[in-house]
Amino acid sequence: MNLSWTELSTNRNWLGFWFMLPAAAFLIAFLVYPLGLGIWLSFTDARIGTPGKFIGLENYEWIVGDSKFQTAVFFTLFYTVVASAFKFAVGLYLALLLNENMPFKAIVRAIILIPFIVPTVLSAIAFWWIFDPQFSIISWSLRHLGWIDTNINFLGDPWNARWSVIFANVWRGVPFIAISLLAGLQTVPPSLYEAATLDGASRWQMFVRITYPLLTPIIAVVMTFSVLFTFTDFQLIKVLTNGGPAGATELMATMSYNTAILGSRIGEGAAVSTAMVPFLLAAIMFSWFGLQRRRWQQGDSDD
Amino acid sequence: MTDTRFTRRSVLKGGAALAGAAALESAHLLSFAQAWAATSPWKPEKGAKLQLLRWKRFVQSEEDGFMALVAAFTKATGVPVTVLNESLDDVQPKASVAANTGQGPDLFWGLYSLPHLFPTKCIDVTDVANHLGKKYGGWVPSAVVYGKSGNKWIDIPVGYNGNVINYRQSMIEKAGFKEIPKDTAGFMELMKALKDKSVPGGFALGRASGDGNAWVHWCLWAFGGNLVDKKDKVIINSPETAKALEYAKELSTHFVPGTAAWNDSFNNKAFLSGELSLTNNGVSIYAAAKAGAAKGEAKMKEITDDMNHSLWPIGPVGKPTEFHICYPMLAMKYTKYPKACKAFLDFTMEAENYNPWLIAAVAYITHPLNAYDDNPVWTSDPKLTIVRDCAKRTLTAGGLGSVGEKAASALADFVILDMFATVCTGRATVKEAIAVAERQARRIYR
Repeated sequence: MNLSWTELSTNRNWLGFWFMLPAAAFLIAFLVYPLGLGIWLSFTDARIGTPGKFIGLENYEWIVGDSKFQTAVFFTLFYTVVASAFKFAVGLYLALLLNENMPFKAIVRAIILIPFIVPTVLSAIAFWWIFDPQFSIISWSLRHLGWIDTNINFLGDPWNARWSVIFANVWRGVPFIAISLLAGLQTVPPSLYEAATLDGASRWQMFVRITYPLLTPIIAVVMTFSVLFTFTDFQLIKVLTNGGPAGATELMATMSYNTAILGSRIGEGAAVSTAMVPFLLAAIMFSWFGLQRRRWQQGDSDD
Repeated sequence: MTDTRFTRRSVLKGGAALAGAAALESAHLLSFAQAWAATSPWKPEKGAKLQLLRWKRFVQSEEDGFMALVAAFTKATGVPVTVLNESLDDVQPKASVAANTGQGPDLFWGLYSLPHLFPTKCIDVTDVANHLGKKYGGWVPSAVVYGKSGNKWIDIPVGYNGNVINYRQSMIEKAGFKEIPKDTAGFMELMKALKDKSVPGGFALGRASGDGNAWVHWCLWAFGGNLVDKKDKVIINSPETAKALEYAKELSTHFVPGTAAWNDSFNNKAFLSGELSLTNNGVSIYAAAKAGAAKGEAKMKEITDDMNHSLWPIGPVGKPTEFHICYPMLAMKYTKYPKACKAFLDFTMEAENYNPWLIAAVAYITHPLNAYDDNPVWTSDPKLTIVRDCAKRTLTAGGLGSVGEKAASALADFVILDMFATVCTGRATVKEAIAVAERQARRIYR
């Protein structure tokens, strides 16, 4: 084959290749390389300042047997599943409400977004005060109402702390889901509802038969993102509890940071973060294939 | 950046009401600085400029004092110094990344064993340390441990932050005590009595790297428990550790509720609100109360007058087992101006600079060089005098073992703190908690 300059600069296939090159280089430099490096480091005993040598699966063997890692995996999954479920339920409900005709629609929709716009660290600090063992506004109000005698131990008790951070995460994540689903709702043609009304369908039937099926593709995308964001959450936990009390709210992400950067055991920390990849892949697969493969997409009318 | 900050500060200083004293002070500092620059064995490189990343101050006057020192250094040597501030917990990751990538600030000022995380990346400052030790009555023993890696000094332990018991005199009197008991058994009585009189105290059991680590290490060591022995062999699984954990568990039943959630700032807030009778902290609570009192806040005045500090009770081992924070300053090998770094380290510790800074820090900082025992700050206020001995009394990170990256790793992983927290919150039995800590320690110290 003759690879002349004219060939390289005029052949459509080669041109396509050239045009893709910047994007590919970008992806390789900022995605493939760091991911590959992380995976490689997880097979070494690297510490900060020393490159480390290959030690095979030793890091993985260690973390699998480590009770702190087991707790972190459990809580990461629990946090993701519970928070995502709540976020979906509340988000969908909000989206349906916002889709109704009401006064000041645009302003209300904008206000809904506020929790999402506030930087995570700021909202975490706000929650920090709300959950404070001595100065919590919730404890204070309930005490003054005479409902409780002592302050609620929001962040000091393992399960209280877990529910508290989940609540904070839900508060933060709902607007994203609500607004995205609202966008989806507005793509549903009104004619379908008109036809259903003429057929005498109830509101519930309309939701189950029209709204929900037409919303599924958006739900799949939104929930994938939401699950990924929740699974990889870091700032909220770091500020609110730093993984405490005694590791009860440790997530895999915070554990990876603590081990690799603060504890300077980069190899082990990389193993913890690499261990997140299969979970993330599973979540993506699930929403992509599980939620999207609906018969209506293949043209079947009956669900 | 340095320049603007410097001029802004000096302008502020000049305009302030206490201009007289301040100007005299800085004039004195300056004349010394120039004389020092002429005779110092460390002549900064031509065109040198330094960047220093330090822990963010807890006491404003300490930072002001330090910036005056930096300004004097710049005037005397012509070397501009940019000072960056990071919160205490963030210095270590930044320094670690800088050491790994070979670029970043020239000087780092962090805590505990920071330089020992990457001893090969630190400039050898043995000459500076020897010069200072000879001139100022020698280093305290813990400073030698923190400063040296092998036979070389890899950092200058600039100061310590004494972590002492802060208490309200009126409240312990209400509980039937005149002062903080000197032994662990008496201390338990006090905590119980405080709780019974509904003025409980409390220590942080959350992941508080400063206060949390300080008290659990005191407790562990007071009963003869240790993470590792002299040869870094893990010996945490011992009857002594079990005793320490049982003591802490009982002690924590007398705490104010919620300490399992506390980070380093919770106890400050609770103490200053008057809801806490006793906790462990630096003397920064006192400084904050004093500052409030100076502004005419009645409540702060009451706390200032009522509160006091005490050293820690002594446990069955029969000697002090305190754990105070060390603040070492190190220079990175990648710096283009090693001599300027050494000059700055030396300059900081020279009496003409160090003494005013110690005074400005109002006992938040304890000196590592014996000659500074005479600093007036230690006699200026009887409530601060005990902090003078913190550097002499403290044990070092890692306990009996080495002050190295392993000790730092164990601290960063909260191995000891989580062991205490799981037992005190009832999440694990003493045996289980020790087993978890032992397994982790074995891994770190392999």
